[in-house]
Amino acid sequence: MVALDAARSAGAQYADVRISRNRNQSINTRERRVQGLSDNETFGFGVRTLVGGAWGFAASSDLTRDEVARSARQSAAQASANRAALVKPVVLAPAPVTREGMWRSPIKTDPFDVAIEEKVALLLAANEAALKVRGSRFVNSSMFFLREEKTYANTDGTYTVQTIYRASPSVSVTAVSSDFSDFQARQSTDIAPMGRGYEHVLDSKLVENAPRWAEEAVQKLSAKPVEVGRYDLVLDPTHLGLTIHESIAHPTELDRVYGYEANYAGTSFVAPPEQMLGKFKYGPEFMNIQGDRMQDGSLGAVGWDDEGVQPETFLIIKNGVVNDYQTTREQASWLEWWYKQQGKPTRSHGCSYAQNWSSVQFQRMPNVSLLPGEQNLKWDDLIAATDRGIAIVGDGSFSIDQQRYNAQFGGQLFYEIRGGKIVGMLKDVAYQMRTPEFWNAMDMIGGKDSYWLWGAFGDAKGQPSQSNAVSHGCPPTRHRGINVINTGRGA
Amino acid sequence: MGREECEALAKRVLSFATADETRVTINSGGRGNTRFAVNQISTGGDNYDATVSVRSSFGKRSGVVNTNKLDDASLRAAVGLSERLAKLSPEDPEAMPELGPQTYLEDRGWSEVTASLDPSARANAARAITEPARAAGLISTGYLETQAGANAIANSKGLFAYAKQTALALTTTVRTEDGTGSGWAGATSHDFTKLDPAALGARAIDKARRSVNPVAIEPGRYTVVFEPTAVGNLVQFITNAMGARNADEGRSFFSKQGGGNKIDTKVVDERVTITSDPLDPEAYGNTFSGDGQPLSKVTWIENGVVKNLAYDRYWAQKQGKTAVGQSGTIRMSGGTSSIEEMIASTDRGILVTRFWYLRPVDPRTILYTGLTRDGTFLIERGRITRPIKNFRFNDSPIYMLNNLEAMGRPVRVSASEAGGPGQAVIVPPIKVRDFNFTSLSDAI
Repeated sequence: MVALDAARSAGAQYADVRISRNRNQSINTRERRVQGLSDNETFGFGVRTLVGGAWGFAASSDLTRDEVARSARQSAAQASANRAALVKPVVLAPAPVTREGMWRSPIKTDPFDVAIEEKVALLLAANEAALKVRGSRFVNSSMFFLREEKTYANTDGTYTVQTIYRASPSVSVTAVSSDFSDFQARQSTDIAPMGRGYEHVLDSKLVENAPRWAEEAVQKLSAKPVEVGRYDLVLDPTHLGLTIHESIAHPTELDRVYGYEANYAGTSFVAPPEQMLGKFKYGPEFMNIQGDRMQDGSLGAVGWDDEGVQPETFLIIKNGVVNDYQTTREQASWLEWWYKQQGKPTRSHGCSYAQNWSSVQFQRMPNVSLLPGEQNLKWDDLIAATDRGIAIVGDGSFSIDQQRYNAQFGGQLFYEIRGGKIVGMLKDVAYQMRTPEFWNAMDMIGGKDSYWLWGAFGDAKGQPSQSNAVSHGCPPTRHRGINVINTGRGA
Repeated sequence: MGREECEALAKRVLSFATADETRVTINSGGRGNTRFAVNQISTGGDNYDATVSVRSSFGKRSGVVNTNKLDDASLRAAVGLSERLAKLSPEDPEAMPELGPQTYLEDRGWSEVTASLDPSARANAARAITEPARAAGLISTGYLETQAGANAIANSKGLFAYAKQTALALTTTVRTEDGTGSGWAGATSHDFTKLDPAALGARAIDKARRSVNPVAIEPGRYTVVFEPTAVGNLVQFITNAMGARNADEGRSFFSKQGGGNKIDTKVVDERVTITSDPLDPEAYGNTFSGDGQPLSKVTWIENGVVKNLAYDRYWAQKQGKTAVGQSGTIRMSGGTSSIEEMIASTDRGILVTRFWYLRPVDPRTILYTGLTRDGTFLIERGRITRPIKNFRFNDSPIYMLNNLEAMGRPVRVSASEAGGPGQAVIVPPIKVRDFNFTSLSDAI
């Protein structure tokens, strides 16, 4: 409250403060050795102020009364300096006040309570299991755990305390050909990072899965190079999550749409909103894209976002048509006309996030997920219905332009489909796409039993670049006639 | 933190240690940033932090703990946890003993002007771009970041290393109101007085105007004139891939078929030399590595031939080599051609301002994909004739530097996609034949 009082005295019309203790632990191994074992803690606070419609932010690791008050004044002074170039003042959409909110990730086992020896032994056992496979030469494995204790307060009267957990186990196996002419890696992309505790590591069954990843790495060495051309693609959720992230989640961030990220992350083709909302056909009628920060076990799940807003579930794409964008309190008011037209209140969807105490919060994507189809189709059904195609498992190389039109995606494993059956493995596959055509070419979708939650820690946006962690749920899908290139060339 | 302050803090931490060997790393500093968008300042931030990293070793077992709480009780707890982690860790067959006292090059990368730049000075720099853009009916967006910090390493064998550095970057993207044109300019330095915000703004404004309503041309292999930023975007992937161990293990472009690595093998055009030098006057780098090893000038590629790969201490010892570290700077040799001369000598080609979303596709060839952005033009019969739609490419900087036609004078560029100071990169503009553009992008 010292921060908020000092900010008010310094002329702030609104202020918020986040105090965060962020602990993480990482264990990295390769083959039969532990490469790194580290335990990290960072503690500090950040004060954001709004003075005359302009933002200021200051942060410090010294949580004393004087330093908190000094930082609040520094933040307000910065806001005043920033006001010099003001054209359009910031207006915050109203948000319900939470007087004393408590939230905790729904975990079973706190990873920081599990003995280091157990974690190390598990990783080394997974490595050993992978190395037993003939032809597998190198294996890296790791675990990463995060616990963030975050206290938030703002001048509207909201006060929340949250404890957020995330866990990410992973394995990567590399096979090298005997003459050193080729090498291929298989990453454990069928294990996603999640907003869970140590139980997620155990559920991932690293030791049991390691031989399969190793065998797949070895198989990739002798896989057939793909012939370039147009193919029907059947995409596994372990692959599709990243495509959703890049081609749907990013272009529907409202700050990008209005040009606020033009200097780095870029703008968006889903613009201007007046020509998109309720009009633009992103994909087929069975395509529904949901934004939320609530899915159980997801990386984006929180009780309140970083401006004290309780998140809600909202449809970004409804029956194939653009229906909404991701918003913060500042941005929600930009779409007031649309919400009025829809008979909805103008409120933030709870998409404000800062990676740590020293970074200013801004609009970050929530979990953005493709909802399953009504028919309960499965992966095998999609393969069986495909005459000539490629099935892609796991995410790989990825790149997309600054408006999110042109993208290129690789993968982990590629299988040739002929006459409704998988007939062999391919390599050097990447597909190139234009976002609206790619999603409108989707003609089959899996059902709820094949829905899976993909996740990523490294979602980058903003300057300085901040890292966000999100999940993207989806079933498998099929897309007709997508352009496939061969990425292999002799050295 | 000053040298004495770091030394005192390190001594305090080491006094709590009971391990066979202990290393203390101290990073301290402030960061300030100002963002502007739609011709006004959108957000900014100032923060200061100091972290202590404690690495404890018992024989071949070690653990690391990082904390930013610097009171005695917290530091004692951090040392205790680090020692507990070390005891719980299995023996590392590759563990190397801590180094004893070393001699380092004198670091020079500090600018008082940069260190004392305040929010209003940053706002003035932003306005030097936003006001001309607004007057021209254009939309400017950009970012100014300053860093001023110190890094120190001390260990229980008496090693002490200290360096303080400043860094900053200013980048701007200017777009036309109708969204059909976009231009970019950016620069990095350790010294704010070497940056000219108004000139950067003018360059981005000019590019935005000239890039309006681009036309589509067929993807394919083209002769390309790369501005220095585009060269910097790609060339850093070569030095990033120059780890000796991956090469010796057969999983790198620098692996030799049949075994071994490509040291003494010619990999690019003989006009290309790539070096790192912590005392490069245009881009001061680190004078010591994370384990306290002194860093000095390294020639990675000389006249097209690989001269050095990066060896950590363990791999160097195992292979009977000397450890070679990266100092965080890259300088590529140049030539005498100007960009205008490169354009004038091109019958049909493309001029690229910079690249975006660069990602590895195939590590066997350092093959990357990415897109052109913010100023891509068609060259016909020796002159720029029109703006063209952006392209995606799939190609390797190795192939690019084998297809070299001409090089210009090297300059320092802002080579980081995120617009932060990043690693210091000094590269020339170049002209290259047969660069592989594989698809068109509608993005502007």
